[in-house]
Amino acid sequence: MNSTYIRMITVAVVIIASVFLVHNGCQQSKDLISGDVAQQVYVKPGTYDDFYLFTSGGFSGQVGVYGLPSGRLFRVIPVFSQDAERAWGYSEETKPMFMTSYGSVPWDDAHHPKISQTDGIADGRWLFINGNNTPRVARIDLTTFTTAEIIEIPNSGGNHGSPFITENTEYVVASTRFSVPIPNRDVAINSYKENFKGTISFIKVDNDGKMNVEFQVLVPGFHYDLAHSGKGPSHGWAFFTSYNSEQANTLLEVNASQNDKDFIAAVNWKKAEEYIKQGKFKTFTTEYYRNYFDKKKHTGVSEKKTEVKVLIPSECPGLVYYIPTPKSPHGVDVDPSGEYIAAGGKLAAVIPVHSFSKIIKAIENKDFETSIDGIPVLKYESVVAGEVKDVGLGPLHTEFDNEGFGYTSSFISSEIVKWKIGTWEVVDRIPAYYSIGHLCIPGGDTKKPWGKYVIALNKITKDRYLPTGPELTQSAQLIDISGEKMKLLLDFPTIGEPHYAQAIPADIIMKNSKKIYPIEENMHQYAVKAEKETRVVRDGNIVRVYMSTIRTHFVPDNIEGIKVGDVVYFHVTNLEQDWDIPHGFAVKGANNSELLIMPGATETLKWEPKREGVYPFYCTDFCSALHQEMQGYIRVSGKDSSVPLSWNTGK
Amino acid sequence: MKKTNKLLLGLTALLLISTTITSCRGDSKSDKPQELGSKPDISAWEMENGFGMVKTKLNLPPINPELAKKGEKLFESKCASCHKLDEKYAGPAQRDVLRRISPEFFINMVINPDENIEKHPHIKELLGIYMLKMTNQNVNFNDARQILEYFRLLESELPSKTN
Repeated sequence: MNSTYIRMITVAVVIIASVFLVHNGCQQSKDLISGDVAQQVYVKPGTYDDFYLFTSGGFSGQVGVYGLPSGRLFRVIPVFSQDAERAWGYSEETKPMFMTSYGSVPWDDAHHPKISQTDGIADGRWLFINGNNTPRVARIDLTTFTTAEIIEIPNSGGNHGSPFITENTEYVVASTRFSVPIPNRDVAINSYKENFKGTISFIKVDNDGKMNVEFQVLVPGFHYDLAHSGKGPSHGWAFFTSYNSEQANTLLEVNASQNDKDFIAAVNWKKAEEYIKQGKFKTFTTEYYRNYFDKKKHTGVSEKKTEVKVLIPSECPGLVYYIPTPKSPHGVDVDPSGEYIAAGGKLAAVIPVHSFSKIIKAIENKDFETSIDGIPVLKYESVVAGEVKDVGLGPLHTEFDNEGFGYTSSFISSEIVKWKIGTWEVVDRIPAYYSIGHLCIPGGDTKKPWGKYVIALNKITKDRYLPTGPELTQSAQLIDISGEKMKLLLDFPTIGEPHYAQAIPADIIMKNSKKIYPIEENMHQYAVKAEKETRVVRDGNIVRVYMSTIRTHFVPDNIEGIKVGDVVYFHVTNLEQDWDIPHGFAVKGANNSELLIMPGATETLKWEPKREGVYPFYCTDFCSALHQEMQGYIRVSGKDSSVPLSWNTGK
Repeated sequence: MKKTNKLLLGLTALLLISTTITSCRGDSKSDKPQELGSKPDISAWEMENGFGMVKTKLNLPPINPELAKKGEKLFESKCASCHKLDEKYAGPAQRDVLRRISPEFFINMVINPDENIEKHPHIKELLGIYMLKMTNQNVNFNDARQILEYFRLLESELPSKTN
């Protein structure tokens, strides 16, 4: 009896306590709502977000597409990693996109998405992103949200400082994160100082987006980290941070953190163009690939390249200058006016901001403190415009708003610090949860920031989300910067590591978004334009199935006369010309993936049946009320079978 | 006794929690419910000629065989996956389509299937039979006009109508 009462009292206490807790929780959320926080991120069902946000997937190798302010994920664009869902890297058409001088490399570490620009303003034509591990740059076509081109960077040991673009997308830049022997060869690692070099590459982008490694600059063997191109008055220049000016080759954690200052390399690329015109380059023999997706043929093509033009700074005066910058600087960010160049002095307690006009004056006055391999080192005092103090620990990156403020992420103290351009005073700060790396303001690294939000791209989430085992979701945070004080609005999970991101008003992209591929423009070698062109053709043990799909059948859907040992290519054309009606194609036992064929496109799945039998194939993408009926059979007979090749639908 | 006590406790808890939840709802907005079941208006013209860009009777010249040839090609690439001339397939047989609908309706349906499926009672009826929405094959007026010519030719070759 007593114990029952005790139990009952306990239960009562627990209930009352939990009710209080619920009340308190309720109070908290009311406090948040009182500032209209929920309303600011609420996008009513059936209505659109204001901005697209493109985040790198970091080690996932892909790109995430989100809406802002809702933080809703719309799409994962496959770029550097195979994606079985869309047959990216599995279909015959997309396999060439992964070609490198090391063979097919079906993964990379994607870091910095950059939207193409016209006159220094994001124009939404393309999104570029770097592959960090096996040095590459990809170009994504933002009319189709597909990867259009991937180019390998020769003479590079890791493409981190990339793909920062010039004001009119004349060039995409790349710098080697790890210095390596160039050309690469078998040398002792501890011969670093003697043999290791860095390169800075300029990739020309033509009007159709086609990329070409136009020239490289051979630079001392530091580690080149990040970059930004000049704009306005500094258009024609590009800036690259470096660390490990100590040239250590082991325990860099300690050994590359000795010098009080490392360097920003300022490269005058207009000057470089003059030197190239004058023939003052060396031609290095090397090997790299350019892979592009032929839009008309719906097919990837690999081109091998064997030469690259290289400029040597000591032979090209005025091409490169070093700007001393404390300490192991990471980001280098140019303000909207193009005059100020802010460096994230990762191990420094300040953000040094250099002045472009002072840099030009110092160059004119030959205000050099020394030179390294023919590269003049400017005097810090001659070029620095100011130092932002009290920026927290581990300042990394700065983006800008449209009202004269910079926003710097500080990794170690996990916060965003807002400061005023010109006075360099800190005016506001807000914590990030947790360990912020890059940050992004719509247009925040262009001439015309749209402002409104800053997105914190965080490395760690710890306790912010429901746990999912040892690995937790990655995440970004949306912060309102329209007022004087920054205000946290929303946490939202992201794919992979949201390393860096770009945001752009939705209407710029939306109006160009394609709905279908016109079937009459489909020049794929194995396309069918009408059902009556479908057929099956045998050539030795190669069997090509020219197949069509439309709601809700395949033609042909009964195929006989296939033999064990055959190599079967299903060339599937989606005859639909209606928006949002892809068809899938999956065949039992396929060792690769499904196909997901967009309206008007043709894709190919290679299939090598190993056993006799009858194999179903079917549509995987729910397409109509009769989707379940969208299927077929393929009969596989023995090697020496005399079953004739035949095919039909509806007979 | 025990049971009553437990029941009381349970009720109290329920009451407390539900009060809390109600009080939390506070200022949620309610959207106007959409009107359901309202019949779309359909005019006599739309009944005969469907919904779409063709809003007046076409002034059709005599059949142009060259145009019809082009129309046949378009029909094969954009329509024949679902429509045969003489057999019921994914959609109805089409040889005598112009005996069933007006040329204007033909063009409106080819260019603008979605709206007709949504609004036109005859097309709705067909959806009930075939269980498949006719696809929008991204056909422009010129293309639709050529396909129409193909079916005008086919219609002219049919045995003449008996009244």
